Amino acid sequence: MAALVIAEHDNRALKPATLNAVAAADEIAAGEIDILVAGKDCRAVAEAAAKIPGARKVLLADDPAYDHGLAENLAPLIVRLAANYSHLLATATTSGKNLMPRVAALLDVMQISDISAVVSPDTFVRPIYAGNALATVQSKDPVKVITVRGTAFPPVEAEGGNAPVEPVAPTDAAGLSEFVGAELSKSERPELTSARIVISGGRGMQSGDNFHLLEKVADRLGAAVGASRAAVDAGFVPNDYQVGQTGKIVAPELYIAVGISGAIQHLAGMKDSKVIVAINKDEEAPIFQIADYGLVGDLFKILPELADELERRQ
Amino acid sequence: MKALVAVKRVIDYNVKIRVKADKTGVETANVKMSMNPFDEIAVEEALRLREAGIVSEIIAVSLGVAQCQETIRTALAMGADRGVLVQTDVELQPLAVAKLLKAVILQENPELVIIGKQAIDDDCNQTGQMLSALLGWPQATFASKVKISDGHAEVTREVDGGLETVSIKLPAVITTDLRLNEPRYASLPNIMRAKKKPIVTTTPEALGVDVTPRLTVVKVEEPPKREGGRKVGSVAELVDKLKTEARVI
Repeated sequence: MAALVIAEHDNRALKPATLNAVAAADEIAAGEIDILVAGKDCRAVAEAAAKIPGARKVLLADDPAYDHGLAENLAPLIVRLAANYSHLLATATTSGKNLMPRVAALLDVMQISDISAVVSPDTFVRPIYAGNALATVQSKDPVKVITVRGTAFPPVEAEGGNAPVEPVAPTDAAGLSEFVGAELSKSERPELTSARIVISGGRGMQSGDNFHLLEKVADRLGAAVGASRAAVDAGFVPNDYQVGQTGKIVAPELYIAVGISGAIQHLAGMKDSKVIVAINKDEEAPIFQIADYGLVGDLFKILPELADELERRQ
Repeated sequence: MKALVAVKRVIDYNVKIRVKADKTGVETANVKMSMNPFDEIAVEEALRLREAGIVSEIIAVSLGVAQCQETIRTALAMGADRGVLVQTDVELQPLAVAKLLKAVILQENPELVIIGKQAIDDDCNQTGQMLSALLGWPQATFASKVKISDGHAEVTREVDGGLETVSIKLPAVITTDLRLNEPRYASLPNIMRAKKKPIVTTTPEALGVDVTPRLTVVKVEEPPKREGGRKVGSVAELVDKLKTEARVI
């Protein structure tokens, strides 16, 4: 048994979610985990991946065709490498979700999406129905193609190993798709899916401008800022803020939900947080049923007060 | 050009699901069923492309039990032109769905396939990507904006870091994200009209596709319950609890 983990990166740095995927691979094929770094001018990423203690070797596919992670170009490469592996794993992020089903179909196997636990090398737990049920599924396919829910697997160490980096020959570009451009959000704050504390706003925030009230609290706590679907749909904040069934899944030490009623689709993205705080003026809001600490009241009074209190007691 | 949309029958998104006592699955008897919300967005996008003069005909395909016919009728009431039902009682997994859709597509020859990025029941997020792989077509997943011109689709995609735009050659598969559009409601006259629109029924056997499930469901369970519901009276008390009781700040 051997596993290949597809590294997520931006050609410069390894994305931390890769460490969660390696953690899942570790439960399946410890000692026989290779990491694929496919990109353009991405040797630095391969060198970073080589430091992961669990890695046996790092495969480096450096080619212009892999520059922007286009699935049409990457899938044939992974399919070619698949013969050496019993398991192929990637993170259940937008890039892994985009790529891996294409790989699975070309291999004629079913993908096991978004696993939250490894029962055995062919049996996995995965959330269904927005996390309102957990399915244990067994795969009969010769190769298991898997995406990993990062929050369910604590990351492995990033440093300490010294795996060899082996170049692999690229496949031809498929010529089907082209990268045009990207508008990526820039933020000084921690990344939403790996932050220790997350504070999210919902429809109750009433406008994008009011999010500065949340940001003030976030700055005091070193927190990431998220949002409910309602807040994103209303245009208060960009799409990459969305926490929920079809947005980002987070499980921080502390999650503070502000002006969020608690639709099941939102709960799906945050209910595995260690401690949940809810701030809402409607005391009947469903969010309070799962909150460890609920505070009923006007968020426009509470948020400034919270920022002051945190500053005072720091 | 012809467009094909795939529409899945799922438990309505407002229903609080119940896990069966014998742990074999989720209770679907006497539960309200609806079209997967992401597939409604797919139908709406195809309609808008037809209204813009780009798409000439919209075929709505659903796969599964006989009642999937109702889901196709919903798509027809929204404005799709005709339907194809691939009828089977076998539980269809995404790889099987992709193979069946491929078989239908080889008969219908659409230049554009639009489907939801994920179904809200199994939350798999696989079918569109698998379908485009099997067809050897490009894919644009998680679309929030679609522009079609000169045999290409320029698609803005919702990705973890923000937005990304790709250009793909047609024919292609596009999967929809939440903010692509807001689906219309079917009006009563259109619901009546939809009853007369044709639906062709076929089967996996007729299409020559083996749909045997590859994943066996060992069990389905409820997730651990959270013990919530405690309230605090003030901001000071909240900060106190977080510092001394929960110890997270």
